[in-house]
Amino acid sequence: MTRPTRLLALTLSCALFAVACSDDTSATTTDTTEAAGPVTITLVTHDSFAVEASLLDAFAETTGITIELLSAGDTGQMISQSILSAGNPLGDVMYGVDNTFLQRALDGELFEPYVAAGLSQVPTEFQIDASNRVTPINFGDVCVNFWNDAIPGDAPTALTDLTDPVNAGQLVVQNPESSSPGLAFLLATIAGTEDWEQFWTDLRANGVSVTPDWESAYYGEFIAGGGGRSMVVSYASSPPAEVMFAAEPLDEAPSSVLLDSCYRQIEFAGVLAGTDHPDEAGRVIEFLLSKAFQDSVPESMFVFPVSDEAELPEVWAAHAQLADAPHILDPAEIEANRDEWTDRWVEIVLG
Amino acid sequence: MWELRNISVRFGAVSALDDLSLTIEKGQIMVVLGPSGCGKSTLLRVLAGLQPPDEGTVWIDGLDATDRAPHRRGIGVMFQAPTLFPHRTVAQNIEFGLRMVGLDRPGRAARVAEMLDLVGLPDFGDRTVENLSGGEAQRVALARSLAPEPALLLLDEPLAALDRSLRDRLVAELPAMLRATGTTAVHVTHDHDEAFAIADRVAVVERGRLLRVAPPERLFADPQTEAVARFLGHVNIVGEGGSRRVIRRDAATIDEEGELRVTVVESRFRGDHHDVTVSSDLGMLEFRLTESASPGAQIQLRLDPARVAVIGGN
Amino acid sequence: MGRDRSRLITGAAAIPAVFLAIFFVYPVATVVWRGVGGEGLTPLGDLLESARTRDAIVFTFWQATLSTLLTLALALPGAAVIARSSPRAQRRLRALVTIPFVLPTVVVAGAFSELFTTFGLDDGDLRLRHTVWAILIAHVFFNYAVVVRTVGSFWSGLDARMEEQARVLGAGRLRTFTQITLPQLRPALAAASAIVFLFSFTSFGVILVLGGPRQATIETEIYRYAVVRTDFTSGAALAALQLVAVLALVALATRLERARPLTLSTPHRTTVRRGRIGRVANGLAITTLLGLPIGVVIERSLAVGDSHGLANFRALGTRLSMLPAPATDAIRNSLVYAVVATVIALCVGTIAALVVVHGRGAIRHVFDLGLTLPLGTSAVTIGFGILIALDEPPLDLRSSWWIVPIAHSLVGVPFVVRTMVPVLRRIDPALHEAAAVLGASPRRVRREVDLPIASRGMLVGASFAFAVSMGEFGATAFIPRRADTLTAPQALFRLLTTPGELIRGQAMALAVVLMAIVGLAVFVIESARGTGEGTF
Repeated sequence: MTRPTRLLALTLSCALFAVACSDDTSATTTDTTEAAGPVTITLVTHDSFAVEASLLDAFAETTGITIELLSAGDTGQMISQSILSAGNPLGDVMYGVDNTFLQRALDGELFEPYVAAGLSQVPTEFQIDASNRVTPINFGDVCVNFWNDAIPGDAPTALTDLTDPVNAGQLVVQNPESSSPGLAFLLATIAGTEDWEQFWTDLRANGVSVTPDWESAYYGEFIAGGGGRSMVVSYASSPPAEVMFAAEPLDEAPSSVLLDSCYRQIEFAGVLAGTDHPDEAGRVIEFLLSKAFQDSVPESMFVFPVSDEAELPEVWAAHAQLADAPHILDPAEIEANRDEWTDRWVEIVLG
Repeated sequence: MWELRNISVRFGAVSALDDLSLTIEKGQIMVVLGPSGCGKSTLLRVLAGLQPPDEGTVWIDGLDATDRAPHRRGIGVMFQAPTLFPHRTVAQNIEFGLRMVGLDRPGRAARVAEMLDLVGLPDFGDRTVENLSGGEAQRVALARSLAPEPALLLLDEPLAALDRSLRDRLVAELPAMLRATGTTAVHVTHDHDEAFAIADRVAVVERGRLLRVAPPERLFADPQTEAVARFLGHVNIVGEGGSRRVIRRDAATIDEEGELRVTVVESRFRGDHHDVTVSSDLGMLEFRLTESASPGAQIQLRLDPARVAVIGGN
Repeated sequence: MGRDRSRLITGAAAIPAVFLAIFFVYPVATVVWRGVGGEGLTPLGDLLESARTRDAIVFTFWQATLSTLLTLALALPGAAVIARSSPRAQRRLRALVTIPFVLPTVVVAGAFSELFTTFGLDDGDLRLRHTVWAILIAHVFFNYAVVVRTVGSFWSGLDARMEEQARVLGAGRLRTFTQITLPQLRPALAAASAIVFLFSFTSFGVILVLGGPRQATIETEIYRYAVVRTDFTSGAALAALQLVAVLALVALATRLERARPLTLSTPHRTTVRRGRIGRVANGLAITTLLGLPIGVVIERSLAVGDSHGLANFRALGTRLSMLPAPATDAIRNSLVYAVVATVIALCVGTIAALVVVHGRGAIRHVFDLGLTLPLGTSAVTIGFGILIALDEPPLDLRSSWWIVPIAHSLVGVPFVVRTMVPVLRRIDPALHEAAAVLGASPRRVRREVDLPIASRGMLVGASFAFAVSMGEFGATAFIPRRADTLTAPQALFRLLTTPGELIRGQAMALAVVLMAIVGLAVFVIESARGTGEGTF
């Protein structure tokens, strides 16, 4: 090999090792300085997490804690990665566990308990974990959306309306095995119908279409993306988003939510077990419950804040519809039966 | 001085070189003459270090060089195909060897120009090699191999692919070029005319064995064996047993008082002579005559005894 | 000759060996151990009892084989056209066909979906959506470039005189092709087929999105077990099975690739233009297959409300609420990663290719196989492997900036190796000898003779490595990433998971920008090879 090339390769390798050795974003640092001196906390999140840099900067100024964000895929991937690296965690705090995955995360003993002061602003219905291993941060409802101008009959009001022949061939759902909203909708039908297996048999007979993920459904087959179906499993935040990001200004949201189909997904944050900075990690959780952050979650992540203090943006206040009594299942029950339910679903719908 | 001592090379069951020993003196042009497949190329490759011998040794200036790598033998090779480096200009090809020894740019440029003049391609420096004709490519290859002034240059039938007139011209120029640069050379060919034109000494090789080494005139005049004789292009081999003789083509003239009575079979005009095939008591013979003779005619030929040689057994 | 060469080989070979060992062998071995180390082959046995797993295995092989054959059948004529075109046209064509590589699967899937709908192919008798055909077509779309460029560049370096000779002797065009050209192309064909097969074998997004919920492959099953069910034992067992299969396949492919070098060193390029009809037909094929989906994406990117315009592109410079920075920042990040990944792939891959061709004994085969394996290894396996293996100092790379370009180069290195090796092998040994007798040591021979000739192959590999990195294939999906260095595909993903017309338009605009960058980069990289005509 030529000398210049070898030099280059050696330099790269050396640089590589230098960076690897000196890069200390993980929690396994050897310095044990206390609250004095700036601390970096690594916040592990899923790919849909977003926060304005100014909020992080303000937090760093007031507390001296720099938050570094680590994206770890979608929620399922994030949980898997965390379980795999239990004992030597990827970071100090994890955000994004939702109630469908919660039991799995708790069983994996990923968190250490932390009682957040901000919980006083959070309604008790969100505080699912009595041991405070996780703290609720935001919620979103997975609901069937329908395009107002495109539905063939009257606007559906009940889950069972979806099996009405007048709505044949209108619904597109996601595969619960590969999609979080897909799973949430399945759970909604389990909680919200008397015989969910019959319900899905009827849905199949009524021409339901299945996609592997949200984007293939919403942008592939739903009218909003140029497809032919007028009903899709999506989020309660989708109609306001359609207004926010419409090409031309709209007065009314073009889509609506079937409230009877809504399943409540709550997202939690928790201090990862094994962190070197438990106190600072706790402060980060307080940050996530702070008004500033809670105010920002609708526009950044299209979810609703849990905190009473938070204010919704105008568009949301005007066009978001939240169910009064959304479906929700106990995390332990979900974890115990999920595989069986999804296997059964696959048989009924895809078999 | 370069020596091959008892070199044997086998490829599977076939013996390419068989216990061959050869010495090359400095300043000489040695031609290795032999039919296709006789091992001539293998001989060159062993000398150059491209082919390790199965038996025997290679000596350079009194040192055993059998295990020395080719790039350290100071031996240049001109192959049968030009094998010019693609993606490089003519000048870049020629200066390759000069770069290997670390000559600086002005030095290289000067030498390249010198070589291009020598091979008769003075303005070709910037041409790319893909567009050269066969003759031009071969000349560039020659310039490339001469440029680093190798102590010994091996040429492997370098003129075989050229057309007749070009070949004849190079045959005339090549020795001059080699002598002008003081290069010792080993030139391999199967063409005996080429061999005679170029060589100081000729080594005749057949089937991996060295038959004879001698200066060209002596070799031609006194082939000594039938095999060498045939290979040198002699066709008139007559007699039995101990009195086998070779009669040169130019040994005969038409003379009424000549001792040989022949019948003309065929006569072909060759520009400055006639190739005449005759039948006689000694058998079918071929001669070069200055006058033509009609087929069927009976003529008398006188043979010049100086051009008849006795040859031994095989 | 012997001693010099083996010293050189051993020294330089350390670099790819170390690279492979740290970033591939160690992580993958850790993962596999998790699957078979504890309970041996029992988990695998249990898996194989399920019909779903068996079906998935069979289907994986079947669709990968078909994908490869179909791609070869469609892309070989394309390669022929490129081989016979002028160098300038070649560069443009090569840049064009590489663009699909960078498109995220979901964008392509969406485009194909729309095409199916437009042409009435998504329901009824002529249904393509959610069938194997959709998968095959998508695989051809992505892998067309691999065959066309690998084989095409090799092809244009062949000596056309052999074919001309055959034609003069009376052989028809087809016979000339099958009996003269095809055998000569075998090394490049084997290399290209291997890459296409491996890609199809471990294809994930295409299967998931276009194949529909009923199609499962080994890769999707690994994902299902490891990520959806956090059943790492089963996932790792399947990963081990996949690895064994890939090893066998790569061994077969590398054996097919070895061919004797030709004896002609100065290629004589034919200047005869082949039939116009052939070129037009090919142009149509390329346009339809590659152009239509790209056209759909471009059209969507220009859609603003009910009319068309550039608003979506302009908006890329402003920050949307769901992104930490404007999309243009993400593009810049991707470019930086891509450049670094390409450099790594070139350094490691070139040395590895030289070792494969010139090395002695076992090390050649180890490198040949070992450095191609990452291409065929499940992204989940590599990602999770890095996660659990490289988690302690001094190798705690889990949140290091470098892990991304390294993970990218794990796919880039095999490309460089597989495109350079056939080219290196083809080099006439007479050229080596000519250089040696002119005084060049083995090392200089490699530098002066091999590398200039092989640089063509190197550039093809480099441009693939670049495209792969821009498009973020493979393992990076399963490795935690620093959110402040968001890449373009990640930004695209976020845009695609948000409702709203404007968002969608911008997502398409971002996809178009990605395509343009890759096309331009490939064009520039290929143009760097300055010495013009006659070279391949």
